[in-house]
Amino acid sequence: MSRFSAAARDQAAGLLWVSPWIIGFLAFMAVPAAMSVYYSFTDYALLEPPVWIGLDNYRAIASDKLFFLSLRNTLVYALGTVTLGTVLSLALALLLDLPLRWRGLVRAIVFLPTLVPIVAVSLGWMWIYNPNTGLINVTLRAVGVEHPPNWLGLPGLAMGSLIFMSLWMVGSAVVIYGAALRDVPVSLREAAAIDGAGPVSRFRNVTLPMISPAVLFNVIMSVIWSLQVFAIPYIMTKGGPNDSTLVYSMYVFRSAFEYGKMGYASALAWLQLLVTLGLTLGLLALARRFVYYRAA
Amino acid sequence: MTHAPRQPALRRAPRRARRLSRLLLHGLLWSVAFLYLLPLVWMFATSLMPEERSTSASLSPLPALVDEQGRALSVLEPRYYSALAGQAADNYTQVMETPVADFRRYLRNSVIVAALSVTGMTISSAIAAYGFARIRWKGRDLLFTLVLATMMIPFTVVMAPQYLLFKQLDWIGTFRPLWAPAWFGGAFSIFLLRQFFLGIPRELDEAARIDGCGHLGIFCRIILPLSKPALTVVALLQFIWCWNEFVQPLIFLNHQDMYTAALGLQMFQSQHGGVPWTIVMAACVIVVLPIILVFLLAQRMLVEGIATQGLKE
Repeated sequence: MSRFSAAARDQAAGLLWVSPWIIGFLAFMAVPAAMSVYYSFTDYALLEPPVWIGLDNYRAIASDKLFFLSLRNTLVYALGTVTLGTVLSLALALLLDLPLRWRGLVRAIVFLPTLVPIVAVSLGWMWIYNPNTGLINVTLRAVGVEHPPNWLGLPGLAMGSLIFMSLWMVGSAVVIYGAALRDVPVSLREAAAIDGAGPVSRFRNVTLPMISPAVLFNVIMSVIWSLQVFAIPYIMTKGGPNDSTLVYSMYVFRSAFEYGKMGYASALAWLQLLVTLGLTLGLLALARRFVYYRAA
Repeated sequence: MTHAPRQPALRRAPRRARRLSRLLLHGLLWSVAFLYLLPLVWMFATSLMPEERSTSASLSPLPALVDEQGRALSVLEPRYYSALAGQAADNYTQVMETPVADFRRYLRNSVIVAALSVTGMTISSAIAAYGFARIRWKGRDLLFTLVLATMMIPFTVVMAPQYLLFKQLDWIGTFRPLWAPAWFGGAFSIFLLRQFFLGIPRELDEAARIDGCGHLGIFCRIILPLSKPALTVVALLQFIWCWNEFVQPLIFLNHQDMYTAALGLQMFQSQHGGVPWTIVMAACVIVVLPIILVFLLAQRMLVEGIATQGLKE
């Protein structure tokens, strides 16, 4: 048997083994995504076949107040959850990296909420945020706050309440940072300590650069996830009050399945992909300057 | 929460300061544990309470209970706990027997969907991962990058066209849209399994090849038996993902009889706004319980599975 035929056989075998994924990718992602481009140029009311209308959907979006509002709300949510979530999960990972007894148990406790069904999470927090009998307001009254606010019912507070609640679900990031921290050579930290670096300086100049690839990964994943947020505001606030928690995905969902405007929804969805892609590529470009990769 | 001094600094500090800082750190550690457990504990505690608790403010995790004569029971009496158990049984029975939602059915539906989805995801991801880890072919690394890139596509982009596709296939209102895509593998599972397969020594493949095994033989006799931990993690994560999934059942199911537990739970709370919070929390506990069981059994494996994600770059 010649070498060429062995290589050709490997080529065929390789493609054959990954073919389930290729077929699934084409059927459930690539083709629907391509169809979505086409629909975005049509008026498609579901019951009738799509009608080509060119750029009309995109023109309508440019003067759609709810588009800008939902985009703004989503960016606020993303900014809040990503920055606060990153700081908190790094802090928790550093705490859990210390040689303290029971830290394995505490790590498991911090990780647990990420596994809880989002519907149960949302309902549980609606009960906690309940203005009259919720855990937070009852506690606030007990310590002397006379009129604690309705956390999910005030336009100025609802989004902040959703961001605060997302901090309960940073467990995956904590676990990923924990694994990265374990890989930081102790010798490096000790060398810095001998050179007189205090804890803050050691963190900034040794630990943080060493775990920067994990930071980049977590930041990108949480940007992607927070830009897609849907279930939590859908269940907890229905986008209200006054559309203050109307997030982008919810607006796409409503356009498609409540208003029956599939074409318009497809155009909205494509813009969402572009925003996500733009932010991700921007972060990757920024990361070139900050992320340190050890030689393999 | 500034970060705490590390070992070398501790060693230099005088003994009393060291003891104080350890005490503070332990305090911090347990405060974190308390705050992260609190929402779930509160959910569970509420699910045991009499209905009045939904509208009366109290911080006590244990409800005020009375006996048959209307006398208040103290938490020190054993009878308090039998009354508590009775109240809990009452709440959970209300959830299971409520005329507005058929939770037995929802749970069964979730089990069916999860079983099909987990089986498909594990088998097909393992097959694809083998192709990415063990066979050398042109375009492999490029395609693998594409696999990882699909994790970035928002579901909303494919949501509308997927709905139309499943409508064409007459799948709307059936379980198929929820489990069939899993039979073509998933990015994260393929990534995790490929990572694991790469760690299995290639000499084993060579030995099997000399014994006359093809790829199928190597896959079934060498790779799969050695990858049980990774396969378990993939199966468990898929189970959890599937059990928790809310958006897809919301879009693709249209009849209440077909609802999964997560969707049924949301409908139970939202469509019948008058359900007391004690009962809603009991329903939440029922839906969360299988996840907690999986977590208790396989906590370490799941944590390690998630941790490998960060090694991607």
